[in-house]
Amino acid sequence: MPVLIPFGLLFGVLAMDAGLALGQAMGMTMLVIAGASQFTALQMMVDNASFWLIVAAALAVNLRMAMYSAALVPYLGAAPLWQRVLVAYANFDQTYAVSVAAYDANPNWTVSERIAFFFGVATPIVPVWIAASLVGALIGQAIPVNTGMDFALPITFIALFAPMLKTIPHLVAAAVSIVFGLLFATLPSGLGLLAAGALAMFAGAVTETMMLRRGKS
Amino acid sequence: MIDNSAMVWAIIAVLGVGTFLIRFSFLGLIGDRPLPDFLQRLLRYVPVAVLPALVAPQVVWPNATAGVFDPLRFSVGIVTLVVGIVTRQVLAAIIAGAGVLLIGLLITAGA
Repeated sequence: MPVLIPFGLLFGVLAMDAGLALGQAMGMTMLVIAGASQFTALQMMVDNASFWLIVAAALAVNLRMAMYSAALVPYLGAAPLWQRVLVAYANFDQTYAVSVAAYDANPNWTVSERIAFFFGVATPIVPVWIAASLVGALIGQAIPVNTGMDFALPITFIALFAPMLKTIPHLVAAAVSIVFGLLFATLPSGLGLLAAGALAMFAGAVTETMMLRRGKS
Repeated sequence: MIDNSAMVWAIIAVLGVGTFLIRFSFLGLIGDRPLPDFLQRLLRYVPVAVLPALVAPQVVWPNATAGVFDPLRFSVGIVTLVVGIVTRQVLAAIIAGAGVLLIGLLITAGA
């Protein structure tokens, strides 16, 4: 939760730096509400990637949320459609992780209690994220771009994935991603990224499968 | 840098709708069927598969130096990575990386 504020600020500043209008930066932050994919889209716009490659790469970063959606079904699947629509809008890393942990710890909650808990978590987060992005964008508009800002996005991406490198399959996936990201760097912007990402994803999943088999035998 | 406003709005719209559909997918449309094991496994690795490939070329051949290897920016990348792995804190890694970058830029500016 406290991470959201500097993160939102940074998105605002970098969106202005990349050349987005204030309304565009805010539109993105409110409609997408997914930090990593917003940063990905910014980087690829700066790299002049083509429309579909930008969309494909930024959506790929969000694919993990399909897993969150699936994980919520046993707890919230019986809720009315309009509630599930609202849950989906606010279904991101923090709300998912906190809610599923609470549902697990309180198995006798009713569906409406679970929904109430979910929005109890989401309600403070969403406005804070949007407000932080707005403040960042206003700061970005006010102060001229100075040296070093060119590297703020790369630092942000590394800081985002480094803490995820908890297991050997995660390390394998990241290593494959780096190697092919570099090898494919001369391909049209975005294409190399998707190819490297697909290879790395398989490398991680296959490593996990192999480790599971070895553990069983 | 970005001057095609209509394209930016189109990206925002498609990204917004697409992200919502990903989040809604199972909860809204597909129902109570669990994801196949291997698919779940693949999805688990998407962020660590995409983000390093996105950033690696920037660390080795930065825009700021017109694609020429820069020892400072490369070191900043390594420091951010190591601090992120060790502390497991996104913010700590950002602060460490930004700190080394600023100090490095100050030293090179002074030299």
